[in-house]
Amino acid sequence: MPRALKKLLSVLAVSSMTIGTTGAIAQQPPKPVPAPIANPALIAKGEYLARAGDCIACHTAREGKIFAGGLPMETPFGTIYTSNITPDPQTGIGTWTSDQFFTTMHNGRFPDGGLLYPAMPFASYTKVTREDSDAIFAYLRSIPPVRQANRPHDLRFPYNNRSLIIGWRTLFFREGEYKPDPTKSADWNRGAYLVEGLGHCGMCHTAINALGGSSESQAFEGGLIPMQNWYAPSLTSNKEAGLGDWSIEEISDLLRTGVSTRGAVYGPMAEVVYNSLQYLNDDDTRAMAVYLKSLAQGTSPEKPAASLPSAESSLLLSFGKSIYDRECGGCHGATGVGMPPHYPPLAGNPSIQMVSAVNAIRMVLNGGYPPGTAGNPRPYGMPPFAQRLSDDEVAAVVTYIRTSWGNRGEPVSARQANELRSATLN
Amino acid sequence: MAARVLACAGCHGAQGEGTSDVYFPRLAGKPAGYLYNQLIAFRDGRRRYPPMNYLLEFLPDAYLQEIATYFASLRPPFAAPAIPTVSAEVLARGETLVKNGDPQHGIPACSGCHNPGFTGMEPAIPGLLGLRASYISAQLGGWRYGTRTALAPDCMQIVASLLTEDDVKAVAAYLASRPAPADPSFAPRGSLPMPLACGSEPH
Repeated sequence: MPRALKKLLSVLAVSSMTIGTTGAIAQQPPKPVPAPIANPALIAKGEYLARAGDCIACHTAREGKIFAGGLPMETPFGTIYTSNITPDPQTGIGTWTSDQFFTTMHNGRFPDGGLLYPAMPFASYTKVTREDSDAIFAYLRSIPPVRQANRPHDLRFPYNNRSLIIGWRTLFFREGEYKPDPTKSADWNRGAYLVEGLGHCGMCHTAINALGGSSESQAFEGGLIPMQNWYAPSLTSNKEAGLGDWSIEEISDLLRTGVSTRGAVYGPMAEVVYNSLQYLNDDDTRAMAVYLKSLAQGTSPEKPAASLPSAESSLLLSFGKSIYDRECGGCHGATGVGMPPHYPPLAGNPSIQMVSAVNAIRMVLNGGYPPGTAGNPRPYGMPPFAQRLSDDEVAAVVTYIRTSWGNRGEPVSARQANELRSATLN
Repeated sequence: MAARVLACAGCHGAQGEGTSDVYFPRLAGKPAGYLYNQLIAFRDGRRRYPPMNYLLEFLPDAYLQEIATYFASLRPPFAAPAIPTVSAEVLARGETLVKNGDPQHGIPACSGCHNPGFTGMEPAIPGLLGLRASYISAQLGGWRYGTRTALAPDCMQIVASLLTEDDVKAVAAYLASRPAPADPSFAPRGSLPMPLACGSEPH
């Protein structure tokens, strides 16, 4: 299994020069385009922006050479292999011009006109400015070339037919650079540019439909990430990961260090912080926080009210409480207040109360470490309990956590717990 | 540090002494270089075990080194050795293989690298005591089938591929039956003439 970036898997598949382009290029010997005179400031800017775009997560295989591609990504449509974006003239993008690179980023088209599979998030990258695209290109031209041919995708019929992408584009692709909103602050606009563009946050945090597309009208409303069995919470609802009642500092901490006094990142978001967000500067992190906070709609979560359990659920809850007190309370506290930032609060934590209980169940089964970052280099980890608790015990303790201390989540069943035991881990 | 690695305790014990699960190894007192190599191998997917691959995926080298050093420094008591469930002949075959190898089949003795007391050698050769037969046999299987790999030359992959199923059973049973070492310290770096080149243990 690939590195966590299986998030992009969501979509119809990933870009590949393998089928679309290299075939055509191979007809004639490639002519390397002379690298522009190295401009260290431009290259540094491009490196920073490539971090913001998290290019490395997909375009570098495990223990592979940087940006040489070859990472397998499981999708509902088959396996795709990411492409080599080093400046090697034969197997990478060494013959490309900055115009061609921009067209690929902006319009999802290879230099020969072939269409990228939309797992390459060009529907987000289209918002990137020409200036920023040129900086990223200058950086990619400056890294060591790696001769490593792209591996053909292994997609099932009919998804191996690239002409399907035309239909996908009609439905889901809106080309266009980010247009600042003059009624909003500079911070807000910078944040929106990063979140909607290079950050491609919508790839996970917007529901993916059966066609592998994200609906614009449901932007950032959350969704289950296909193949991964993690739920990417809504960024617009305060009942999920809407950040309306978080402070700018709390949001910035979470993005940059992976932990905050309100909660920690886990699952696929840990990858994003590890490879991308921890490298952003204070101004950009703050700008993203300003924009994300503004996305949250409506009011804060309803005032929690203790539900009155039936006799049966009361039994489940007392069973859950006994497990909680034995296994969880030592770190998260008898009343779920935690010891932030290292032991996140469970009481009032929206991540635990979402309609989808997938993440809460998986955290109990699999545990997890927040990413080790410059701001939190020695994270504390949550132990896995899959080997220690039965399905009934997992269901009871997750139900207890979701419904106690004012939390308003729904109970979960042993069957739900059991199904997630086989979820892909890594 | 114990609080930071609490995530390890459920399977490996609070002091890295192991738990009742026979597939989870003791970590305490193994050389830090060995533990570090394993943490890196799990993180980067060279050694496959999804729960470990997942836990370590986003932890930086420096922290993994610190975790390795921590477990290497612990000296919890050893659990009582397993009562063998195999015949005396099998145990005897195991003892022979472990102490003398099988020169006819090119199999080196375990003690050649892992130290005659089986407590390992610095920096990166692990001790073999305090492990259950199921774990040892699963690891030898892992090398044979490629789910456990190490830096080239991957000496254990070579050794494991020379062993028959019966050899594996005998070695695992014998090692698991050994009592705790009187002196658990490992051999100093370079003190044993290793019969095979080993990518994990540079000379």
